[in-house]
Amino acid sequence: MSAIELNNLNIAYSSVQVVHGASLTVEEGESFALVGESGSGKSTILKAICGLNDEWTGEIKLYGEKVDPRKRADISRISQMVFQDPYGSLHPRKTVDTTLSEPLTIHGIKDNGDRVVEMLNAVGLDQRYRFRFPHQMSGGQRQRVAIARALMLKPKLMLLDEPTSALDVSVQAEILNLLKQLRKDQNLTFLLVTHDLPVVSFLCDRLAVMKKGKIVEIATRDQLAKGTFNEPYSQELYQASKHEHVA
Amino acid sequence: MSQKLLEVEDLRVTFPTHQGDVEVVKGISFDLGRERLAIVGESGSGKSMTGRAILKLIRSPGRVTAKKFVFDGIDLNKQSERQMRKLRGARISMVMQDPKFSLNPVLSIEDQIAEALRTHQTLTRKELDEKVLHMLEQVRINDPARVAKLYPHEVSGGMGQRIMIAMMLIPEPDLLIADEPTSALDVSVQAQVLDLIDNLIREKGMGLILISHDLNLVANYADRVLVMNAGEIVEQRDAADLQNATHPYTQGLLNAMPRLDETRDELPTLDRTQWAAT
Ligand SMILES: Nc1ncnc2c1ncn2[C@@H]1O[C@H](COP(=O)(O)OP(=O)(O)OP(=O)(O)O)[C@@H](O)[C@H]1O
Ligand SMILES: Nc1ncnc2c1ncn2[C@@H]1O[C@H](COP(=O)(O)OP(=O)(O)OP(=O)(O)O)[C@@H](O)[C@H]1O
Ligand SMILES: [Mg+2]
Ligand SMILES: [Mg+2]
Repeated sequence: MSAIELNNLNIAYSSVQVVHGASLTVEEGESFALVGESGSGKSTILKAICGLNDEWTGEIKLYGEKVDPRKRADISRISQMVFQDPYGSLHPRKTVDTTLSEPLTIHGIKDNGDRVVEMLNAVGLDQRYRFRFPHQMSGGQRQRVAIARALMLKPKLMLLDEPTSALDVSVQAEILNLLKQLRKDQNLTFLLVTHDLPVVSFLCDRLAVMKKGKIVEIATRDQLAKGTFNEPYSQELYQASKHEHVA
Repeated sequence: MSQKLLEVEDLRVTFPTHQGDVEVVKGISFDLGRERLAIVGESGSGKSMTGRAILKLIRSPGRVTAKKFVFDGIDLNKQSERQMRKLRGARISMVMQDPKFSLNPVLSIEDQIAEALRTHQTLTRKELDEKVLHMLEQVRINDPARVAKLYPHEVSGGMGQRIMIAMMLIPEPDLLIADEPTSALDVSVQAQVLDLIDNLIREKGMGLILISHDLNLVANYADRVLVMNAGEIVEQRDAADLQNATHPYTQGLLNAMPRLDETRDELPTLDRTQWAAT
């Protein structure tokens, strides 16, 4: 079964359409990337899937079930999102401990703090950070809390919006390894937005390239490695990444 | 005259916590001329705190001390908050790591850029409008006329970053501190925006402190690189010489980067025990 199916999805904000006819399928256990121009609608697609924007037409199916934008069911046990902006997505007056244990409490899951400790360790934060507030942490530390929170409920599907762009490569490597491991162990599915093609190459099987609200191409990791895209814009992105290496 | 733009000696930033005082910047020293200096380092190593300390923007109960702390002949240690407010924006400006947080949520993009322009020069309404659009174009925003009317929560991550950069360049400061200014942008837009900053810096002879975790970017857009780890400077190098870095931390960073044709099943991570001994 596919985890996500989007058919001819159009998404708008206050009647201004920003995503035009997007279609893609992400298989269960697959890791799929959305890349492309800034402002092209990548975050918008994730937000529509997880119910943060209901102004869309077309079809969204999650695990075979059609999503009805007017009757949202709670999908938080199935799917979790990590937002692009770790500053805005953490509650400023809640400690890390509260932020992480809250999803468990809400879903009536009993836990004596073991899972909080486990998830903090998994994202490379030691126990010193457990009772800190967001403003007492660096940008990358906050992002890791956001990732840990998304993992608390052991979702099947993770929507990740630039999960490692605030992180230096060493922490990024730890998080990417963790995501890859989770995928192997728990058959997790990822839909990941990133502007970083090497990250796609490491973590994803396929990628969709977006430009001006449209998906211009869906390609495989193999095409990415060889730089054999069909669309000029994808090729442009590839070329730009290729030139980038420590002098 | 080789006047130093910034001189920092023994800069320390300390926060009280449950477990006692924590020093997050541990007595670092560096000078800056009208050049491009990069600060790289692991998440939590104190890069942003160093940048904020220069603007004296460390929130209480955090404390900043320095033996020497001089910007263009002005002793920052002796500046009152009121005097600092005059320096900020006008002579030293900072692109914050959290751009959307730093924009005023109740003003449209157009109004906030216009406000920044007005404090800098007198312009007619028409000139203002044109200039706003021009600035947005310069940072490669598509459809600038539409974006100008949006509010901060309505722009994408990468658009927010570029708007912030446009605003910080308006006053033509002597020193620009840019904290992860392009982390949400793809490589090609990143290059265009950094080229824009770069041109301005050369043209006006400004100084730049570029805070980044991206070694590629730093190699291309800085002259000199400071590598920070756990609040200390562990290595200083010319950017061109970065691949010869000797500190295990810097070498570790270079290895941890994924590649376009990645085949490794696991990325090497850092063995922090090698240098965390201090
Ligand atoms: N709440 C909103 N109201 C109006 N327009 C919006 C809103 N949120 C996003 N948009 C617009 O939708 C378009 C797509 O934005 P989106 O955030 O999906 O881009 P993105 O591909 O994630 O870009 P980035 O890589 O810069 O984060 C942009 O033009 C943006 O201005
Ligand atoms: N209010 C505070 N109280 C205690 N510790 C703090 C406070 N604010 C920041 N810190 C700590 O100071 C250290 C340095 O933070 P800083 O924001 O400078 O890191 P950074 O190098 O910019 O990291 P990143 O790349 O993740 O943004 C971090 O370990 C952070 O947890
Ligand atoms: Mg986005
Ligand atoms: Mg920082």
